[in-house]
Amino acid sequence: MEDDLKSLHEAVLVADEDAALKETRRLLEAGADPRTILETGLAAAMFELGQRWNRGEAFLPEVVAAADVFRLCGELVEPALAARGEKQARHLMVIGTVKGDLHDLGKNIVAALLRTAGFEVRDLGKDVSAERFVEAVRELRPKILGLSALLTTTMLEQKTVIEALAGAGLRPAVKVIVGGAPVTAQWAREIGADAYAANAPQAIEVALGLVGGAASGGGGGGGGG
Amino acid sequence: MAEMEGLRVLSESEIAEIHEAALAVLAECGVFVDSPRALEHLAAKGATVDSATGRVRIPPALVEGALGGCPSWFTLYDRDGGEAFRVGGREIHFATGSCAIRYQEGREVRPSLAEDLVRLAVVTDALPQVEVQSTAVVAGEAPKTLADTYRLYLVLKHSPKPVITGAFSEKGLFDMMALLGAATGSRTGEAPCAIFDVCPSPPLKWTAISAANVMDAAAARLPVEFVSMPMPGAASPVTLAGSVVVHTAETLSGIVLAQTVRRGAPVVWGGAPVGFDMRYGTTPLSAVEATLIAVATAQMGKHYGLPTHTYAALSDAKVLDAQAGAETALSGALAALARINLIAGVGALDFVGTQSSEKLVLDAEVCGMIQRALRGVEVSPETLARDLIKGLGPGGDYLSQKHTRGHFRSETCVPGLVIDRLDRKGWEGKGGLDASARAKERVAAILADHRPRTLEPERAGKLDAAMRRVMAYAGCESLPFVGEG
Repeated sequence: MEDDLKSLHEAVLVADEDAALKETRRLLEAGADPRTILETGLAAAMFELGQRWNRGEAFLPEVVAAADVFRLCGELVEPALAARGEKQARHLMVIGTVKGDLHDLGKNIVAALLRTAGFEVRDLGKDVSAERFVEAVRELRPKILGLSALLTTTMLEQKTVIEALAGAGLRPAVKVIVGGAPVTAQWAREIGADAYAANAPQAIEVALGLVGGAASGGGGGGGGG
Repeated sequence: MAEMEGLRVLSESEIAEIHEAALAVLAECGVFVDSPRALEHLAAKGATVDSATGRVRIPPALVEGALGGCPSWFTLYDRDGGEAFRVGGREIHFATGSCAIRYQEGREVRPSLAEDLVRLAVVTDALPQVEVQSTAVVAGEAPKTLADTYRLYLVLKHSPKPVITGAFSEKGLFDMMALLGAATGSRTGEAPCAIFDVCPSPPLKWTAISAANVMDAAAARLPVEFVSMPMPGAASPVTLAGSVVVHTAETLSGIVLAQTVRRGAPVVWGGAPVGFDMRYGTTPLSAVEATLIAVATAQMGKHYGLPTHTYAALSDAKVLDAQAGAETALSGALAALARINLIAGVGALDFVGTQSSEKLVLDAEVCGMIQRALRGVEVSPETLARDLIKGLGPGGDYLSQKHTRGHFRSETCVPGLVIDRLDRKGWEGKGGLDASARAKERVAAILADHRPRTLEPERAGKLDAAMRRVMAYAGCESLPFVGEG
């Protein structure tokens, strides 16, 4: 069991999707505690990768691929957790690129790094309308909403989303982080966002700050923070 | 004099392979166009359009036909109707970098304001090596909805040099056309003094605004510069050849859109290749492989017989330091050796997010050196100076010769004071300043002394009126520098 967890950890680290999914299934079938799989196997690997990235030893293609494997394995574990009346104890962040903007690379990097930092991330994709953001906040009740815009032409849409949230009475329910090349701290203040991040590492820092310093919303530590 | 051969990184057969690959991408995969209007138009012109998914597949014949309609050069004018130069052929011209949102003085960086753009216009105007200005920074005072038009207003008002610019919305392009008409007194599309950058969204996508800008600018015969931005390993294949294929496919799709709206509309085969740093996720424009892509894509453009452009002669450094100088000179020289007609980026730092007048005056010196290098070595009886050498013999003194007086100005690139050529004592006597401090002094001197040619009063009045109409529409009462008329 220890060994299996180690293999899972290793498979996530090197983004070996087949091996990671296989190990996850094997552990679940063997009756391992889904929370242990999630935290000691999956999240700890992401955490380690995040640290390697911080040290300049891991590179983005590796981090992004591992985050994807992490997400897929997490989806396998989810039903087992639910069957025990539990759910992921991580803070949820919803993220997306605003309407009219087809750039999602920066947003994808932020999503991947957030996963290494232990957040549960729902990525709504690109060209996301204000209505869809509002709907997602209403249904999923995330702690944080991240709005990405790369273009001077589309950053206005960040304002539209924040106004739509207010219109739906949801603004107090969620912290909004805005980012993207043309976005500035001043713009964030102007449109009433809660925070601004200039780059992906800062987005992680800011997100952690908004949830009080740890991405795990209580429950076992397991290196997820 | 031997014409200096252009730098080539692709062989003729490799160019053909890239062309075939790009045609296959366009025919079999196509591009995504987020504009019902453009989709309808392209379907009517023979593209295979899936309006549900926005996917446009373009048959090779449509591409070849569109390429056949593009002019191989056009004349760019200044604001006051004077011919500036031809865009195309082997000439190269440097332009200020555009699209920055910050202005930097020394180490101080701030969100850019109208006065900063005016400074950049005046400084560019004073630098003969930089023949094209750009709407280099956004002016923070302007509401976002008219930020594009206000940028153009400011530069038209403060320098007659031709402009590289771009619209931020569909309406913006028309507002900008109105400003250009007022400032130049010419009809839209005649004697153009502005080139419009339009960017596809990598990879293989066109936003509604970009698609509309291409169509509307082409209809008005405004020169459109396609600025595809391959990003190896992130938004295009990590292999440089694959990135060139994506760039070629994107640019060809833009040309099809423009030429099917108006055959013969002037277009520029441009680009802003970037690197993608796998550690930080940043997009360095001065990564050496980005410059290689620029050279390769320009070879494609030249193969199609089109005027070419790239971002180069810029740096991703955050201050005016050794990195800034090295990156600017290396990418600028490689782009120039490739004979890329418009090299835009001068003055830019920090992933083109920041503009600096200090960097601009230093870069201008680099541009001057590059232009001199491209002129090469002129060989003629007069320059060989056989008789002079024989006449003076061993130990001859050339300094006092008429031959020297007659030729030193054309043979030598004499740099400005930003480039230090004093002896050590002289340098120490001048305060021992480094390049960045000397650049600061040069900028101060230009701003104190240089007066660009002013806009003729009647046209200035019309320009103000046009700007005020745009402001009134946006409910904006006043902006810096906009006259009351």
